Amino acid sequence: MGALQKHGPWALVGALGAAALAVVATERGESINALWVVVAAVCVYLIGYRYYSLYISNNVMRLDPKRETPAHRHNDGLDYVPTNKTVLFGHHFAAIAGAGPLVGPVLAAQMGYLPGMLWILAGVVLAGAVQDFMILFISMRRDGRSLGELIRAELGVIPGVIALFGTFMIMVILLAVLAMIVVKALAESPWGTFTVAATIPIAILMGLYARYIRPGKIGEVSIIGFVLLMAAILGGGQINEHPTWGPAFTFTGTQLTWMLIGYGFVAAILPVWLLLAPRDYLSTFLKIGTIVGLALGIVVVAPHMQMPATTKFVDGTGPVWAGSLFPFLFITIACGAVSGFHALISSGTTPKLVDNEMDTRFIGYGGMLMESFVAIMALVAASVIDPGIYFTMNSPGALLGTSPETAAAAVTKLGFPIGADVIAQTAKDVGEHSIISRTGGAPTLAVGMAHIISSAIGGKAMMAFWYHFAILFEALFILTAVDAGTRAGRFMLQDLLGLISPTFKDTSSWGPSVVATALCVGAWGYFLYQGVTDPLGGIYTLWPLFGISNQMLAAVALTLATVVIFKMKRERYAFITIIPTVWLCICTLTAGWQKIFSPDPKIGFLSHADRFSAAIAEGKVLGPAKSMDDMHKIVFNDRIDAALAVFFVGLVIAIVVFGVMACVKAYRADRWTALEADPKLAPAE
Amino acid sequence: MSSTAAPSLNFRDRLRAFNKCVCDGARLMVGQGDYGTYVAHIQKTHPDQAPMTEREFFRNRENARFGVGNTSGFRCC
Repeated sequence: MGALQKHGPWALVGALGAAALAVVATERGESINALWVVVAAVCVYLIGYRYYSLYISNNVMRLDPKRETPAHRHNDGLDYVPTNKTVLFGHHFAAIAGAGPLVGPVLAAQMGYLPGMLWILAGVVLAGAVQDFMILFISMRRDGRSLGELIRAELGVIPGVIALFGTFMIMVILLAVLAMIVVKALAESPWGTFTVAATIPIAILMGLYARYIRPGKIGEVSIIGFVLLMAAILGGGQINEHPTWGPAFTFTGTQLTWMLIGYGFVAAILPVWLLLAPRDYLSTFLKIGTIVGLALGIVVVAPHMQMPATTKFVDGTGPVWAGSLFPFLFITIACGAVSGFHALISSGTTPKLVDNEMDTRFIGYGGMLMESFVAIMALVAASVIDPGIYFTMNSPGALLGTSPETAAAAVTKLGFPIGADVIAQTAKDVGEHSIISRTGGAPTLAVGMAHIISSAIGGKAMMAFWYHFAILFEALFILTAVDAGTRAGRFMLQDLLGLISPTFKDTSSWGPSVVATALCVGAWGYFLYQGVTDPLGGIYTLWPLFGISNQMLAAVALTLATVVIFKMKRERYAFITIIPTVWLCICTLTAGWQKIFSPDPKIGFLSHADRFSAAIAEGKVLGPAKSMDDMHKIVFNDRIDAALAVFFVGLVIAIVVFGVMACVKAYRADRWTALEADPKLAPAE
Repeated sequence: MSSTAAPSLNFRDRLRAFNKCVCDGARLMVGQGDYGTYVAHIQKTHPDQAPMTEREFFRNRENARFGVGNTSGFRCC
């Protein structure tokens, strides 16, 4: 009877989830309601949380409610503060959720929604949430130390330096890809460009207000900022129509790239209170609000999925990104299934604020489930729009041409019939000049969101407003990430350069700061420029590289977790981290290998370079290059990208080798060798 | 921030507690901890020290999140 009461309700949840999954997986020919996808996802999360995370916390971690956490031990009222579980959950979730879970699933929708959905659900329960939970646990038991320090302490100095350098390179690619999403969304769009540009004076105004007029009144200043932002969106509509201001805010991708590079440099050395912190308020609150709004919208509107469950592009011939389902789907969707970056957050501020060890299950495992749900919503948003529109927006310009007629013909030829009038009308509905080849995921997501939200509020007349609201929402937190990331990258770089020349470690003096900032901006700016000028649309080339690097960081973090499990002498449970580590290594190493050596020039960087250098030798210019200069540039970029892929592959192999050695050593030891802080019990209060 | 008060069944108390949780949560999302908790902590453990003013506390937290040498303001993708 006890067992029935305990497990009975969960069995019902499981049965409901299984039924929903069955509906999603077996429905053929007619479109299904998006709510089935949502129900299936929520049931999987509940079961995973109730059983798997409990299994991990009872067997691997053996969380102890009486054990003192760093927040109590080092309580200073500032960095270390015992914090309410729900409040801390919000803090953690706001830090891990960003553009990743929104963009990856949109791109993955080219194979249909089913492959992406299954990977998001399986990945989060078995890999992503496990990683976040384990790293939070490991860091919490070690006074809240960072991932780099943890690797140095548990694996050794050399793996520590490798991981630090790897993290920096991964961050460079991340920032370039994020910035590219913004550029792609704003290019040739005066409405979008105006609203995003308006966030800069709005943020500065807020910064001055919060510093001098009403210090610390975050709620107040955020409401002012929000009202101004909405006014900026409405103003953008006027600008768009205006005969002189419209063209004045119309920029090409290349122009926006240079502006963003200049902006990134200036923003990273300005005082934080002036621009970064106030925009952080806006972007954080807007992000949480929009995510909640989208969830409500999906439930209220209950839209139908227009995208088929699977498309013929599972074979790797899709126009959005190159490569077959295995391994490329698993790196295209990183955040939402498993994301290495979370290891940096889980070993950042969160472990220093945990009140009770038992809370980490909700915060670490639960927080990642929540992010996964965001990814599912993004997948839904991309799948409720007409697939013809989806492929019109996400295929390279080289394939589509520039007019609705050529695009309609090309997309219809792909197997997704659409009329030129529908393309032109959609562009008009969302207040853009064109929706052809608006790659990067953000515009597609914005159309999907506008479609859902306008069905609930405002109807077709409000669609353009909601579209630009969605663009602004994404651009805002991407810019905050670029700004904060450049700063963080600069400090990392100063740390690394400090290993060579100690003067670089001084983060307060101007010289090294400016040099390190310039190097950091230059690094991501290079890849951004390369991506924006890439005739295939940038995302096509760079997103896989970003996915590989992010998943590799996850593999590194999970390797650390495995080593710690071995050092705790609980190796019989090590499978919970070994399985995801091995899977991520298989995916990323295969993908890395193919990106470097594939004979198909669409996938392999080197074969692409060979094809172009062969043409150079013959004195021919191959499309989409327009001149011999372009040809040389393409070859050079290909080789840089290949070198980067080699670096990431080498990095993960090195860490795994060090990890295996550390595991063997720990296995041979006859006692506990993990380096936890003193397990002093918390004084009873 | 760590709510140690005994749960009350009074609706208004509950609403107040819920509001505090939402406000604390929103502030901590942008890196601002609870000033009251900080002051209470200083008064309890360092009664001889004067705590920072609310304005100083605000600036201290802002710098801790993004300031020089600190990477904790780093956000995920």
